[in-house]
Amino acid sequence: MGLVTPNPGTIFWMVIIFGIVLFILRKFAWKPILNALKDREISIANALSSADKARQEVASLKADHEKIISEARREKDLILKEAKEIREKIVAEAKEKAMQEAQKSIELARQQIESEKVAAIGEIKKQVAELSVLVAEKILRKELLATDDQEKFVNDSLNDLNLN
Amino acid sequence: MLKISKVIMILLVAWGVFLLRVSAQQLPGTEKAVPDSSHSEKVFDAGKFVIEHVSDAYEWHITSFGEKHISIPLPVIVYSSTKGLNIFLSSKFHHGEAAYNGFKIAHEGPYEGKIVEIDESGEIVGKPVDISITKTVAGVLVSVILLLWVFLSVARSAQKNAGKAPSGLQNLVEPVIVFIRDEVARPAIGDKRFEKFMPFLLTLFFFILFNNLIGLIPIFPFGANVTGNIAVTMVLALFTFVLTTINGNKHYWKEIYNPDVPWWLKFPIPLMPIVELSGVITKPFVLMVRLFANMMAGHLIVTVFVSLIFIFGSLMGATAGYGISVVSIAFSVFMLLLDVLVSFIQAYVFTLLSALYFGMATAEHHH
Repeated sequence: MGLVTPNPGTIFWMVIIFGIVLFILRKFAWKPILNALKDREISIANALSSADKARQEVASLKADHEKIISEARREKDLILKEAKEIREKIVAEAKEKAMQEAQKSIELARQQIESEKVAAIGEIKKQVAELSVLVAEKILRKELLATDDQEKFVNDSLNDLNLN
Repeated sequence: MLKISKVIMILLVAWGVFLLRVSAQQLPGTEKAVPDSSHSEKVFDAGKFVIEHVSDAYEWHITSFGEKHISIPLPVIVYSSTKGLNIFLSSKFHHGEAAYNGFKIAHEGPYEGKIVEIDESGEIVGKPVDISITKTVAGVLVSVILLLWVFLSVARSAQKNAGKAPSGLQNLVEPVIVFIRDEVARPAIGDKRFEKFMPFLLTLFFFILFNNLIGLIPIFPFGANVTGNIAVTMVLALFTFVLTTINGNKHYWKEIYNPDVPWWLKFPIPLMPIVELSGVITKPFVLMVRLFANMMAGHLIVTVFVSLIFIFGSLMGATAGYGISVVSIAFSVFMLLLDVLVSFIQAYVFTLLSALYFGMATAEHHH
């Protein structure tokens, strides 16, 4: 029976000691320890959530970035296309203009040639007329001489004319 | 891992010391006793040896050499109506052999092992109010000093290291505290109310654990069989009972006095209320008995294995005693390691069940 009968004196001291220990530990040990644990857990949770937030931000930034890049690319393509069109247009215009200019100068040259030709023909006609008159004058001057001589003279004159 | 193996090493060395000193005290006696069986009082009494080692005492026995006992005297505090309050050291009793100031330790009868009041002729006249600091109380004080030292220093480092990683002792106990909080208190009591009970549950767990483990170290100032003392476990269970009772809400009491059962179970004989009320008493009673029985059994078995050496020694000669000691030590070591496990399990179970009772007392009605 001795072992299973609680001793009142032991109960008395146990209640006092355990009560005091409970009080002291509650106030000076568990409170700071549990608070420290809680604080640490909260700060870890905060750190994790802020890291998550930062990650999301980075992801959204990246998406923005990508969007901007693609937009820029699109704009670049547009600009290039426009530039190409403009270039083609300018080149075509220039070609057209050059052609027109060439046509114009050809026309001008032709006209000049034509007028030169007309002038030259006129000159030739004038000279032929003058030469003819000169030849005729010479023939007429030699008429008094021998017929042979006349014939020879005409031939020479004609030869001269040919040379001209 | 290193720490656990260190603890085991310390335990083994301590037990080695213990066995040596028991040998020093018993083997010379057995050697004498065996050749001459007429010296019957010299024969090793295993029952007495075992019971003495697990029960409470007024002095803290350290060792004996032959007839010379070395022990730490503990204060005796007795109050009787005739002699008033008496405070003296237990060394005045000369290891229970002498009377002092009208008090002595009874060796037989209903008060065996307790202090009784005697008259001039030496007759027992009654039992005084006895609040002596016994071995158990002294053991509690030792463990409490250790407990306070550990946790106050942890609290200090927790405050100093606020916001930083824990270190040292703090690192060792923090996972246990977190375990009690997240695996015991929170699921058993509920997210909203568990914080209120945390200080008690933590104190309870570490008090039991420290006492269980300290009880396994058999050298002074450790080794008092504290959690194997029914008065100690009774007080612990009483604290749980009182906290359950004062925190019980309306729903808890309604389930006891007016549970949702057919009316004829409550009237005219209040059968269910009786069953429920007995449950209220049974819960702390079971807590008390479970811890007491487990720790007592562990201490008993280890001591029995040790005393086997001397039983064999006195029955078949010293050689048999030395021979059996190998087996005994092996079994003792095994039991001791098992007791280390049991120490943790019992501390956990006591805490878990207390938490469950608190949870029941504070649960809200969901229907």
